[in-house]
Amino acid sequence: MIKVRIPTPLRPLTRGQGEVEAKATSVAELIEQLEAVHPGMKDRLCDGSGDLRRFVNVYVNEEDIRFLNGKETLLKDGDEVSIVPAIAGGS
Amino acid sequence: MTKMKSLICRECGKEYPTTAIHVCEMCFGPLEVKYDYDEIKKSVTRRKIEEGPRSMWRYIDLLPVESGFGPAIVGPHAGFTPMVRAKNLGAYLGLDELYIKNDTVNHPTLSFKDRVVAVALTRARELGFETVACASTGNLANSVAAHAASCNMQCYVFIPGDLEAAKVLGNLIYRPNVVEVNGNYDDVNRLCSEIAAEHRWAFVNISIRPYYAEGSKTLAFETVEQLGWRTPDQVVVPMASGSLLTKIWKGLNEMHKLGLVDTVRTKVNGAQAEGCSPIASAYKDGRDFFKPVKPKTIAKSLAIGNPADGYYALKATAESHGAMDAVTDEEIVEGIKLLAQTEGIFAETAGGVTIGVLRKLVKQGLIKKSDVTVAYITGNGLKTQEAVIDAVGRPMRIQPSLVHFQQTFSTKESKQGDA
Repeated sequence: MIKVRIPTPLRPLTRGQGEVEAKATSVAELIEQLEAVHPGMKDRLCDGSGDLRRFVNVYVNEEDIRFLNGKETLLKDGDEVSIVPAIAGGS
Repeated sequence: MTKMKSLICRECGKEYPTTAIHVCEMCFGPLEVKYDYDEIKKSVTRRKIEEGPRSMWRYIDLLPVESGFGPAIVGPHAGFTPMVRAKNLGAYLGLDELYIKNDTVNHPTLSFKDRVVAVALTRARELGFETVACASTGNLANSVAAHAASCNMQCYVFIPGDLEAAKVLGNLIYRPNVVEVNGNYDDVNRLCSEIAAEHRWAFVNISIRPYYAEGSKTLAFETVEQLGWRTPDQVVVPMASGSLLTKIWKGLNEMHKLGLVDTVRTKVNGAQAEGCSPIASAYKDGRDFFKPVKPKTIAKSLAIGNPADGYYALKATAESHGAMDAVTDEEIVEGIKLLAQTEGIFAETAGGVTIGVLRKLVKQGLIKKSDVTVAYITGNGLKTQEAVIDAVGRPMRIQPSLVHFQQTFSTKESKQGDA
């Protein structure tokens, strides 16, 4: 199983849960799985062409997937995925 | 005049009312002010601007506040700083027409942040806030604290634990609540995002960021007006979050949109310190995303490892065919000294970054001899003395005796005064 941490703004879709579990072999598949169980999730995470939205950061075991293989990044049992909206702020 | 139409998400285009929100609830993109340019165009002219107050508020028609220029404006004296024709530095670098936009003397706290804070606090009062706050690398905190004192608002400023002494003192004197956080700026910013969600305060660079950030456009407006209603060929802008560069590009284009200038042919160049260069590194690698870094540089005012507007800064530089580069701490100190010794302007470390990168871009041939070039010097050197204290030598100490003076300096012959 993959552990997925859900940020506060998306918790209405997971009935308040901050962490959910899913079975997937890649980030892309994980997003489909999340959508199946928590409808509406894909629309929040991905734009019209299916790419991850620019201000949604996804980390696999603390590494930003943009420095791995993007949505095609492979997942294995026990991996931890964090979904974190970019922090808008700063001087 | 209702010049503000809405707040609009820069990513997905969803629109919101002009209240204290800053992130799109749908896609997490940043919100920005959407103006009614047709309406603004009806009233704004070069002449009207030239007859306005000698401050950044002469461009009030292009700023996101509802009030007119008068008692409701916080920070009425900010901006309209000198545009210095830098003949000596220009000659040294081999540039025919170089200007320093000198915000080291901005009012009241000696950095460009007085511009953004004047807009932010004016808007905060319009929205009914009584408490203002910010996450800051120093200059912003100084400015928020000073302006809050001037308009009797409650104030909290959050700063990293390793700031220069003058920037810490420059908060305390105004008696805000100064919160020193164990961590770097990105830790402070993350904490403040959480606090902002819990408290109804106007966090100038978080909850009211769409208004705050617009204040930086005035640097572009002033540049154009002070050059005699011309856009420069090249500008060099220091980058922390990347917001300033983005807004200078926006400001130039707005002037074109409103018919105040005929063309915009400006190349917008970004400058960072090597010890914290997530945006310049992405530029060099040809990426449109960046890897957050842990900052390690004397340019603490630019030490943002996770820059909120990095993506848009990369975009602005690409659109304008500019470039980005980074300099070492040694080059920063050299840049500060060079500007001081050629033009008599003492900049803080961010200014050293700008001058250092300007030098590099000239050397690389990216800025040409005949290019009309403006370098933005955004903060005052008296606030970052630690950076140069070991690089400027010591005074010559003598006895109070004419002979001793003349021996020390071998100036015996100059009886008739200096030649």
